[in-house]
Amino acid sequence: MAEASHGTGGLTFDKTKRQWPNEMNVFGALILIVAIFEGLGALIMGQSFLFDSNDRFDSIFNEARLKIIILQVAIIGIIALGVTQVIISGGIDLSSGSVVGATAMIAMSFAQVAEVNGNPNPKAVFGPAWMDLPILVPIMVGLLCGIFAGMINGLFVAYARIPPFIATLGMMVSARGVAKWWTSGQPISFPTESYAAIGKGMMPVIIFVVLAVLFHLVMKYTLYGKHTYAIGSNEDAARMSGINVARHKVLVYTIAGMLAGVSAIVLTSKNLTAQSGMGIIYELDAIAMAVIGGVSLAGGRGSIIGTVIGALIFGVIISGFTFLRLDAFYQEMVKGGIIVGAVVLDQWRQQRAARRA
Amino acid sequence: MSDTILETRDLTKHYGGVHALEGADFVLKRGEHVAIMGDNGAGKSTFVRQITGVEQRTRGDIIFDGKPVHFAGPLEAREAGIETVFQTLALADDLDVPDNLFLGREKLRFKLGPFSILDYKGMREATLAGLEKTAVKIPNIRNTIRNMSGGQRQCVAIARTATFASKLTIMDEPTAALGVQETAQVENIIRTLKEQGESLILVSHNMRQVFDLVDRIVVFRRGRIVANLMKEDTDGQDVVAYITGAKTGAEYEGAA
Ligand SMILES: Nc1ncnc2c1ncn2[C@@H]1O[C@H](COP(=O)(O)OP(=O)(O)O)[C@@H](O)[C@H]1O
Ligand SMILES: [Mg+2]
Repeated sequence: MAEASHGTGGLTFDKTKRQWPNEMNVFGALILIVAIFEGLGALIMGQSFLFDSNDRFDSIFNEARLKIIILQVAIIGIIALGVTQVIISGGIDLSSGSVVGATAMIAMSFAQVAEVNGNPNPKAVFGPAWMDLPILVPIMVGLLCGIFAGMINGLFVAYARIPPFIATLGMMVSARGVAKWWTSGQPISFPTESYAAIGKGMMPVIIFVVLAVLFHLVMKYTLYGKHTYAIGSNEDAARMSGINVARHKVLVYTIAGMLAGVSAIVLTSKNLTAQSGMGIIYELDAIAMAVIGGVSLAGGRGSIIGTVIGALIFGVIISGFTFLRLDAFYQEMVKGGIIVGAVVLDQWRQQRAARRA
Repeated sequence: MSDTILETRDLTKHYGGVHALEGADFVLKRGEHVAIMGDNGAGKSTFVRQITGVEQRTRGDIIFDGKPVHFAGPLEAREAGIETVFQTLALADDLDVPDNLFLGREKLRFKLGPFSILDYKGMREATLAGLEKTAVKIPNIRNTIRNMSGGQRQCVAIARTATFASKLTIMDEPTAALGVQETAQVENIIRTLKEQGESLILVSHNMRQVFDLVDRIVVFRRGRIVANLMKEDTDGQDVVAYITGAKTGAEYEGAA
């Protein structure tokens, strides 16, 4: 009798009713874009975009171009990993490019060699002092710079309740100021051999991949990841569930800052120099990679895997235009278009989601 | 073990000059289902928020399960055994069903501060068991709840109660935004809870529902309790008279 009153219930756990993962759509887009460039390549250039059409290599791929694409993507991709977490938590980080600039200058100044070709280093920041330091010093200094900047962002957002857009815009301007002030605008060069090894060859790609795997696991399998999604999805619900929202946000921004620091270390090591203008508009490239990869600016949705694929799409488009011999000016215009286009796509996705709900 | 699960004495909440709740004396027996009724702004939700630690009371005592309690936040109330379905759904749309059930008190496989590893399997199994008890129908618990119907979402919120061995369930207008069929589903869950001996406070405007489901009706008016009616001794008209202020319970004379 009591059972009869439960007629509308009954539990089902239907494996066929699983949602289609959004990353698959993003991956489909990557394939499609590659195909478009292949088509244009065959049509206009008379050669293949990613495949080896001249039998120059052992493999079927055009390895040179593939390498350029992933190298291009790796350094900004490291930033995008942090930006992804910030956006998923419902925030935004406009400071990462400038944090790269400031960290590049400060970290590099602790990575200098004492002598260049037998003469004292002409670019020595601290005079003859603090040269030939162990590699751990510039790395720690770089990480701490990023962590410090990110933590300040987080504290302003979480405790002073300044909108993330404004708080990180302030950091964007200030950190760029620090980058210029550090050496009064002078570039810093001649890093130690061990420091230069960090960004040598394909090392940036390896570092990017390792960090991507690490943060994929963190976002998917740890409390930190779950609470980041929860806060971005419904901050009030997260608070009511007892999550310390403010403390968590500080952690998210701090991690994003740290990743910007890592990116700066890799970048300066690869270029063997640090300049105060380094990292300009990297924040927008990183945001574009995340949004192209399906991270929603409304928060709560997206993934590290999506961002990695988004970064590849970004790289493919940029190098695709180089492949088609488009002028650099056009490339910048197109890049601007991609960033706006990604946001428009996100808006459209949000509206569609809202209609369905 | 006393047979009273919850008692409030002189429970009061002022928001600046707004006396949203004034001197509420309230008793709930173990296994009893009580409805709280009252006009909009009568102080029902405020009463719920004081008990569940969402807000800190201005004055008064709350005795839960025999002990005076001072919950610093809703999580403490939940840990003590009070499950609440809030009027504004406290669910995260982009998480799936187990994630939502366990939000803020996740099962862990490995403790490492914020980077503790989640026990997905354990949470899924507990969720399935909890949903089984409530007979909630959800196509696949691993889908995000964004695309679920209002009724399914409300059931997910309510299923928390069945998933965690709670001592008291509080629902603030759980069917206000639901259709007929979804309302029936929620009401079925409430009946199941009654059979299982759960204590319940149900805030509702739905007279039929209240008379269908509960043992006793407490009426709030302008921040005060104005009536305490056993279901057998009253009817809809009578309750409406108390809600609108046409009548006030004998023991509450002079209060409102
Ligand atoms: N956070 C608040 N700040 C100020 N006034 C509030 C707040 N919450 C509720 N109130 C007021 O307290 C009174 C009771 O509200 P509420 O408990 O939500 O009523 P009910 O749930 O019975 O409709 C109302 O007059 C409302 O405007
Ligand atoms: Mg209310």
